[in-house]
Amino acid sequence: MTILPQSTHKKLGLAIDLDICVGCHACVINCKEWNTSNYGAPLSDQDAYGAEPVGTFLNRIHTFEVKAADKPAQTVHFPKSCLHCDDAPCVTVCPTGASYKRVDDGIVLVNESDCIGCGLCAWACPYGARELDAAEGVMKKCTLCVDRIYNENLPEIDREPACVRTCPANARHFGDFADPDSNVSRMSAERGAVPLFPEQGTKPVNRYLPPRPKADIQTDGDIDILAPFLDTSGNGKTASGTSSTSAKGLLGWLDKALEAI
Amino acid sequence: MHPAPSVIVFTALSGLGFGLLAFLGVNVPDVTGMTAFIFFFIAYALAVGGLVASTFHLGNPQRALKAFTQWRSSWLSREGVFAVLSLCVMGIYAACLIFLDLRLPVVGIIGSILSLISVYCTSMIYGQLKTVPRWNQPLTPVLFLAYALTGGALLSGQVYLAAGLMVLLMILQYAHWTIGDGRLAAAGGTIEAATGLGHLGKVRLLESPHSGTNYLLREMAHEVGRKHAFKLRVIALLCLGVLPCLLLLLTAPGHLSALVAVLLHLVGVFAARWLFFAEAEHVQALYYDRHRAA
Repeated sequence: MTILPQSTHKKLGLAIDLDICVGCHACVINCKEWNTSNYGAPLSDQDAYGAEPVGTFLNRIHTFEVKAADKPAQTVHFPKSCLHCDDAPCVTVCPTGASYKRVDDGIVLVNESDCIGCGLCAWACPYGARELDAAEGVMKKCTLCVDRIYNENLPEIDREPACVRTCPANARHFGDFADPDSNVSRMSAERGAVPLFPEQGTKPVNRYLPPRPKADIQTDGDIDILAPFLDTSGNGKTASGTSSTSAKGLLGWLDKALEAI
Repeated sequence: MHPAPSVIVFTALSGLGFGLLAFLGVNVPDVTGMTAFIFFFIAYALAVGGLVASTFHLGNPQRALKAFTQWRSSWLSREGVFAVLSLCVMGIYAACLIFLDLRLPVVGIIGSILSLISVYCTSMIYGQLKTVPRWNQPLTPVLFLAYALTGGALLSGQVYLAAGLMVLLMILQYAHWTIGDGRLAAAGGTIEAATGLGHLGKVRLLESPHSGTNYLLREMAHEVGRKHAFKLRVIALLCLGVLPCLLLLLTAPGHLSALVAVLLHLVGVFAARWLFFAEAEHVQALYYDRHRAA
């Protein structure tokens, strides 16, 4: 049923630390690996080994450069997957009832046997968290690894989303945001985490922990500590004396001769 | 947004069809028998043809019947429900009119209202989306209803009403474009707002999540050149209003001039509807650093 629940017992979700993410895309790969072989239709690729590969992913990492006028530029790696919103617009627009939000834990899921692949839920999502699978014609989205987190066939340590389990930098954390004492709630409070794109009114459950303030680096003068060792004479030779740009001797003559033809 | 032909054909043709049904339901024009059959045939061909076209973009059209179940929350579901309801009610009205020479005014009026509600539901599929600020404005349903009524007046042969409605439609369409141009900015549609990193400085995309394209970019990051958009807007206004108006008012009424006027109007509707999709900016594309204000 595409009416949203009034409230959910738990609010399971992710706290993603933008200060720590190194942009390695390991979560992207582990997400794809787990989810292509478990819940629902596989995450297909088209032209996977060709010139223009495309495919379905539930988690993608954007990399942004942030630049304040008087400071050096800062790189922010930005993982993006479904935020399991409380006011999920993707759920209410669904004409078939395939999209739903679970009352127990707040996870937003797609019942693929009801999905007609109209794509309206992807249009309704401001975060680009839903992708229509080109092979199956059904909408795919993050399930918060619903088939891992309750899976008693897995060792307890593995009962968290694949992206969280695999993150080598520990930038992704899984927990219950309805519980103020949970790891993710405390972490979000400490770091002043904000909901993403609040202008859209979706009330996302996931939280992004903002990058910590960087120590200001003096930009007057050389900030590159290797600069004194680099050649600045402009003749193309490096400190070791080898030529880096133009060839000498036979090769040089050949180069010139070929140029002249 | 990607201007998919199936969706353009669906919204344009079914709008015209339901617009004509709305007129036929209130006995405009006053026809019975074979003439009535031809009018209703055109209306049903447009409305049903449009609805059938809308199923072409579905990933799994064999389950389309399930789309009638969620009318409590979904405008798309309501659209389906009201379309079928109005086609059924108007079917009864048409059958009595054509075969029994019997007029059921109450049934006709209910059918007319249901037809307009169908058009309203279609418009709200787009108008409800906060993610597409250009569509998310009160004029969107007004514009869709104006298109349906203008097409209905034109197809039902109401020359002066059609001409008046075309002038109104041009004003509404112009207003929708002008207001629409400012909607993304008004909705806070910047990469800084989308990423929540604005407090740290200016944001730009350094590296895309993927080297190739994907569903999100193909479906929701269509960008149309400003120059082309302007030219198409002029063409749309000329075809949907100016030329058919001149044709209707300056030439002797007849089937040929009416046909040419309808075809011109249709070209204008298609051009405007193509722009409706192609110019619409989706906020998720902000994460890909698209839609930067020029």
